[in-house]
Amino acid sequence: MSVMKFTKDHEWVRLEGDGTGTVGITDYAQEQLGELVYVELPEIDAEVEQGVEAGVIESVKAAGDLKSPVTGSVVEVNEALADEPGKINEDPLGEGWVFKVKLAEVSGADDLMDQAEYDEYVEEQG
Amino acid sequence: MGNDTVDSGLSRTVLYDLHVELGGKMVPFAGYEMPVQYPQGIMKEHLHTREQAGLFDVSHMGQVKLMGEGRAAALETLVPVDVIGLGANRQRYGLFTNDAGGIRDDLMITNAGDHLFVVVNAACKEQDIAHMRESIGDRCEVQALDDRALLAIQGPAAGAVMARIAPDTRNMVFMDAASVEVAGIPCFVARSGYTGEDGFEISVPEDRAAELAHTLLHQPEVKPIGLGARDSLRLEAGLCLYGHDIDTDTSPVEGSLLWAMQKVRRPGGERAGGFPGADVVARHLAEGVARKRVGLLPQTRVPVREGAELVDGEGTTVGRVTSGGFGPTIGGPVAMGYVPSELAAVGTELQAMVRGKPQPAVVAKTPFVPQRYYRG
Repeated sequence: MSVMKFTKDHEWVRLEGDGTGTVGITDYAQEQLGELVYVELPEIDAEVEQGVEAGVIESVKAAGDLKSPVTGSVVEVNEALADEPGKINEDPLGEGWVFKVKLAEVSGADDLMDQAEYDEYVEEQG
Repeated sequence: MGNDTVDSGLSRTVLYDLHVELGGKMVPFAGYEMPVQYPQGIMKEHLHTREQAGLFDVSHMGQVKLMGEGRAAALETLVPVDVIGLGANRQRYGLFTNDAGGIRDDLMITNAGDHLFVVVNAACKEQDIAHMRESIGDRCEVQALDDRALLAIQGPAAGAVMARIAPDTRNMVFMDAASVEVAGIPCFVARSGYTGEDGFEISVPEDRAAELAHTLLHQPEVKPIGLGARDSLRLEAGLCLYGHDIDTDTSPVEGSLLWAMQKVRRPGGERAGGFPGADVVARHLAEGVARKRVGLLPQTRVPVREGAELVDGEGTTVGRVTSGGFGPTIGGPVAMGYVPSELAAVGTELQAMVRGKPQPAVVAKTPFVPQRYYRG
């Protein structure tokens, strides 16, 4: 069974239960950024660290870091975003996923917010 | 201009409540709380303006009236522009220069018949007004129009919209100006703008600005547009943003703004010189300049933004991007910046450094999109 977890920077990771996680940005994040025009994906096999920049997401307005919500190594990236970064706007939790990681032993996933906690956190952001 | 100042220290234009009502995302800009975008977003707002018509609140800009017999000759002592030869009800772009030949601000100058009407940038307006009062206040009266708002309607449908609610604007062409009624409100209108599209800038008494904005927004072609799209529109149109693409360290020649300096004010012209830094500008004209502002078309999808370094084939840093981003109409990144004059020819291949990686970019002709001004 998969579990969704969230960061304060509005990334999500879906823990697939097999030691991997799929990473993206939340609906709130895509709405704040506006229409995305470019996504810089991490490289396959890249080591990503929780809270550290793993990619870049650019809207018409500005460039923003995509921080990895967990520590691990990249096993797959969403190549479709190269031509269609707008997929993140359309379907941030689905087709707009950014990369998949093989979780490190200490991935940090336990420190993240669950859906209810994240919803409350977004509420506080106004 | 004057308007309310709230606790944040930021001012609000008279249309603040309307922006909020329309769902505008308010951000600080040049000392004002301004809408960067509305719910439809920058991309759609940009495209809507190029396809139909967009309404912009530019009331944060400074509107100034110069009165008195010697006003045109007086203003010519501050700008390298032909003001004396500007016909009645005609407008032109201008630049305030400094003693080093740099640019203090850019502005629009209109011969309104019995006075000159000047529009300056929000961030510079206090200093511009002080500069005019100090330098030419003894030759003409410099009156800041604190009780007027400024709306711009831009886009290919702007002419039809205005013809409907202000029939007197029908025969105006690009850079014409006139006192006309718009939806029954006495306004001062110029057929110009800063998007590369046909359009109008409407100076309206502050107490009737909301009424005018509502009337314009009720026209089926018109949607409200924020500062985000205003920036991408002017960038695609190859127009300078003061403080970024031109500033006190760039001369009109370096800024590739020679077109704004009519022959009569250039060396050999009847009223050559006579503005601050004229000697420097003349030298730049005679000897050429070491660097120039050019358009840049990045060759990948990676947006190249302000501050990105430009490097040549050998990897040597040769210049810097001063404006850049994604051009929704182009469908890709666009930028402008300064490069050495020998690398300024259209087609020159350079690299722009983005997050430490070189991205190919080619010097390109501006505007990036065709100008669609209405010339009759």
